[in-house]
Amino acid sequence: MKYETVIGLEVHAQLLTETKIFCGCSTKFGAGPNTQSCQICIGMPGVLPVLNKKVLEFAIKTGLAVNCSVSRYSRFARKNYFYPDLPKGYQISQFELPICEHGHLDIVLDGAVKKIGITRIHMEEDAGKNIHESASGGNYSFVDLNRAGVPLMEIVSEPDMRSPQEAVEYMKKLRNILRYLGVCDGNMEQGSLRCDANVSLRPDGRKELGTKVEIKNINSFKFVEKALEYEIMRQLKVLEDGGRIIQETRLWDSVRNVTESMRGKEEAHDYRYFPEPDLVPMAVDQTSIDNIRSSLPELPDKRRERFISAFGIPEQDADLLTSEKSVADWFEEAIDLGGQPKDVSNWIKGELMKLLNEEGKTFDECLFRPSGLVGMLKLIDNRTISGKIAKTVFEEIYRTGKDAEVVVREKGLVQITDSGAIEKAVDDIIAGNPKEVERYKAGEEKLIGFLVGQVMKTTKGKANPQMVNELLKKRLSE
Amino acid sequence: MSSLHTLTISEAQKLLRRKEMTAGELAESVFQRVNAVEEKVKAFITLTKETALSMADEAQKIIHVQGESGAPSLLGIPLAVKDNMCTKGILTTCASKILQNFVPPYESTVTSRLKKDGYVLVGKTNLDEFAMGSSTENSGFHTTRNPWDLTRIPGGSSGGSAAAVCADECIAALGSDTGGSVRQPAALCGVVGLKPTYGRVSRYGLVAYASSLDQIGPITKDVRDSAILLNVIAGHDPADSTSAPVPVPDFTKVLGRDIKGMKLGIPKEYFIEGMDKEVEHSVKKAIATLESLGAIPVEVSLPHTGYAVATYYVLATSEASSNLARYDGVKYGLRAGGKDLMDMYMSTRAQGFGAEIKRRIMLGTYALSSGYYEAYYKKAQRVRTLIKKDFEEAFTKVDIIVTPTAPTAAFKVGEKTADPLQMYLSDIFTISVNLAGVPAISVPCGFTSEGLPVGLQFIGKHFDEESIFKIAYAYEQTTDWRKRRPAL
Repeated sequence: MKYETVIGLEVHAQLLTETKIFCGCSTKFGAGPNTQSCQICIGMPGVLPVLNKKVLEFAIKTGLAVNCSVSRYSRFARKNYFYPDLPKGYQISQFELPICEHGHLDIVLDGAVKKIGITRIHMEEDAGKNIHESASGGNYSFVDLNRAGVPLMEIVSEPDMRSPQEAVEYMKKLRNILRYLGVCDGNMEQGSLRCDANVSLRPDGRKELGTKVEIKNINSFKFVEKALEYEIMRQLKVLEDGGRIIQETRLWDSVRNVTESMRGKEEAHDYRYFPEPDLVPMAVDQTSIDNIRSSLPELPDKRRERFISAFGIPEQDADLLTSEKSVADWFEEAIDLGGQPKDVSNWIKGELMKLLNEEGKTFDECLFRPSGLVGMLKLIDNRTISGKIAKTVFEEIYRTGKDAEVVVREKGLVQITDSGAIEKAVDDIIAGNPKEVERYKAGEEKLIGFLVGQVMKTTKGKANPQMVNELLKKRLSE
Repeated sequence: MSSLHTLTISEAQKLLRRKEMTAGELAESVFQRVNAVEEKVKAFITLTKETALSMADEAQKIIHVQGESGAPSLLGIPLAVKDNMCTKGILTTCASKILQNFVPPYESTVTSRLKKDGYVLVGKTNLDEFAMGSSTENSGFHTTRNPWDLTRIPGGSSGGSAAAVCADECIAALGSDTGGSVRQPAALCGVVGLKPTYGRVSRYGLVAYASSLDQIGPITKDVRDSAILLNVIAGHDPADSTSAPVPVPDFTKVLGRDIKGMKLGIPKEYFIEGMDKEVEHSVKKAIATLESLGAIPVEVSLPHTGYAVATYYVLATSEASSNLARYDGVKYGLRAGGKDLMDMYMSTRAQGFGAEIKRRIMLGTYALSSGYYEAYYKKAQRVRTLIKKDFEEAFTKVDIIVTPTAPTAAFKVGEKTADPLQMYLSDIFTISVNLAGVPAISVPCGFTSEGLPVGLQFIGKHFDEESIFKIAYAYEQTTDWRKRRPAL
C-alpha cells in the first residue's frame, strides 16, 4: 500500500523587542544568569503582567504579511503546568481568540507554487532555562530566568505539507518573511526560531487523517528534514508491519538522528487553559490595523516580481536572490552602486556563494560589501582585467577587503591591451607550434582555441583574450 | 494612658496639623494600646514598631515644615495593612506557612501610595490563609478574636484588620475583599468596610487569590475616614492592566449632602424566610431611618442571587488553583525536601498549605479540567454575566441598593469550621457584589441582644462610590452606633 505524508508545523519565533512581553526587563541574549529578571519574571507573589505594545504590533504585522485576518477582539489565557523554569506555574499564552487567524503563504518547490494554510498566530511568553550541573558533593540544578518572559509568537500551520522538503521550504519562507518584517532574527541555533512538527501517514486517496505524532526540539532546517524523514520511515515501517501508530510526543535526538518517545497520549498534560484575568482583552481597531498594514515593508514575493520586471533577471535568479533578505539587500545595494543586474546576480550566485560556502558562513555573516564587487566589475568593463583574471581578483578582495584596483596593481594583474606586447606573444606561439599552425591552416579551425590558450598561458592570463583571438586569426590568414 | 489611639483619621489630622499632638505621640499611644489588648485580640501577624516610630518621626518633620495646610491627608497616621499586601523589606506571609519567611523585595502600589502620603505602618494583620475564609480561623498562625466577644470570630478574611480597627490598635486599616472579606468582618466588628469598584484600586502587590474578584478596600472607624483613605489609594496604575483609567473625585466632597429623593433599592431575594431575626430587625429599622431622611425605598429584584455562592466558588477557586501554583518551593518561601522534583513539589505544598487552601485548589483544578471546563468554569462565567445584568437592571430604577452585610452576627470560634458549606454561606449577601464588580460599603446598624454589632450594606453603581459615601454618611450621622466601643 502507498501512503501519503501529512505534515503541519508549529513554529515559535522569538520577537525582536527590546524588552520582555510583560515587564521592562531586557531581552538581550547571553547575559549572566538571572541578571535580566525582576519580580515579575520571578513570579513573586502579587505581581501583575502588563502587555508590551510592541509584541501586539509585531504579531499583527506578521499576521498581515501571511494573509491572516486580525482579530478585533483577542485575549490571553493561562496554560497551567508545573516546571521549575516556569516561575508562575502557568505560561501566559493565547488559546481561544488568538490575535491572527486564517492565513496562508506560498512556497515554490521544483518550480511549482503551493499554498500552505496558516491556522493561527498567537503571542506568549517564553519560559526560563534549567541548568543541570554536577558539583562536588552532589548534583545541583539551577534555574536561569533571563529568558522567562521573552516574547514569542507561535505560528501554527494547517496540515498542508506532504513531504519533508515542503516543510523545509515552508520554514524557510516563513523565516524569510519574519526577517523581512524585522520581527524575528530567525537564528535557529540560538533558538530564536524553533519548530515542532505534527506528522501522520494515511493510505493514498483517503480523506481522514492518520494518527499524528508530534516531534519536538527541531532547531535547524537540516533537522526539520532529517527528523521528518526519520519519523516518516518509522511510521511507514510500523504500518507495513501491520502495526498501529500511537498518538504521542517524540523528541528529535540530533546526535543519534532518531526520534524518541517523550510521552504518550495518557501522559499528555491537561493544561487547564482559562482566560488570563490579570490582562484585559485586547480590542484592535481598524485604524491601527490599517496603520500597521501601510507600514509593512516590501515582502519577498513582491520583491521577486520587481526584480524580474525592473532588472530583467531570470526567474531562477530572482528566486535565489529573494530567498534571503540579506541577499536581496546586497544585490540591490550593488545595483544602486552601478552594477549591471545580470552581472551582479551571476557573481552572487557563483563566486560569492562559493566562497561563503567554503568558509561555512551564511549570507548574514558576509563581511564583503557590494561596493567591492561593483568596483571590480568596472575594471572588467573598462578592460583593465579579463573575466578570467577577475575570479582571482574577486577571491583576493573578498578575503582582504581591499579595493579591486589596489589588488590588480599590487599583483600586476592589469590586462595587457598593448597590441605590441600581444603581437610578440602571438608570434612566439606561432613560431613554437608549427604543427598546430599547419593543421589549422588545413582547416582544423577549432585549434584556434588551443593557440589562444597558449598565448594566455605565456601572458599569465593578463592578455586581453579578444585581442589575442583577433591577432592570431589575422596572422594565421597572412 | 492617653486615648489618642481612639481618634479617627480626620480627628487625628486636625490635632497633628494644629500641632496639638505629634505623630510620635500618636504612634506611641497606638502601640501602648496594642501592648494592652493585642494578647487578647491577636489582630497582627507582624508588628512594625521600630519602622512605625521612624515613619512618625519623618512625618513630624514634614508637619513641622508644612503646618496647617498642605500636609497630605495620611501624614503621621498609624495604619494597619492586611498581610497579603507586599511591603518591601517587611515580612508578608498571607497567613500561610508557605510564605512564613517571605520578605518582598518590592512595594505594592497601595502601600507605595500610603507611604507617599506619609502614613505610619503599625503592622501586618492576620487573615484567613491567602484570604480564603470568613473567620480568620484558616490562618496558618492563629485565630483573631472579635473585640466585642473574645470567644467569637471577627469575620474574615480581613478579620485582623477589622479587629485592629475595632480595638483601636490602629487608626484605620486596609483589607482586601474577594467575596466579602472587607465588609463581612467590618460588619461583625462594628466598623466601616468598603469594597471599591473592581478596577478602582490597583491590585499590584496584592497577593492574588481570585484576580477577577480581588479588590483592596479601607476598614475605618467611620465613613469619612473611608473616603479619606480611598482618596489616597484609588486611581489608575500602569502596573495593573485591570485598574481603570477613570478620574478619581474627592470622595469627601459628598459627605453631608442631602439624600432626599434618593431611590433606595431593597432586593426581595435578600430578605427571605429563615434569616436571623435580630439582623433583619436592625436592617429594617435602618431602612426606616433612611426613609425618614428622605430616601425612597423601592423593591427591586436580583433574580440570580441564588446562584451567586455556587458561581463564586467555581470561579474563585479556578483562579486560585492557578494563582497559587507559583508556591512550589523553587524560588521563595517554604521548600520541603524530597527525593526528586515531583516529591519536593508535593511535600512543599502538602506542608505549606492549610486544609482550606488545598480544598479550594482541588475544586478549582477540577473545574478547569478538560471535560469539565464547559460545565463548570464556562457556565459559571455565563451566570456571572447574568448576575452583573441583574444589578444593571436594578440600577435603572434605583440609586443605591441596601441589604444586610452578613446573615448573622459574629459566631463562636470553632462553630462552623467542621462544615465548610455553612462557612461559605457567611458571604451570601456580599458575594454578588464582587461578581458584578460594583462597589459596596458596610456600616454599623445596631447590636444584637448579645451586644454583637450588625452591619448594613449599601451597594452602588460601577465607579459611583460617591453615592455610597453620601448615603452611608447620612445614615451614620443620624445614628450613634459608631460611638459604642467594645469593653476590652
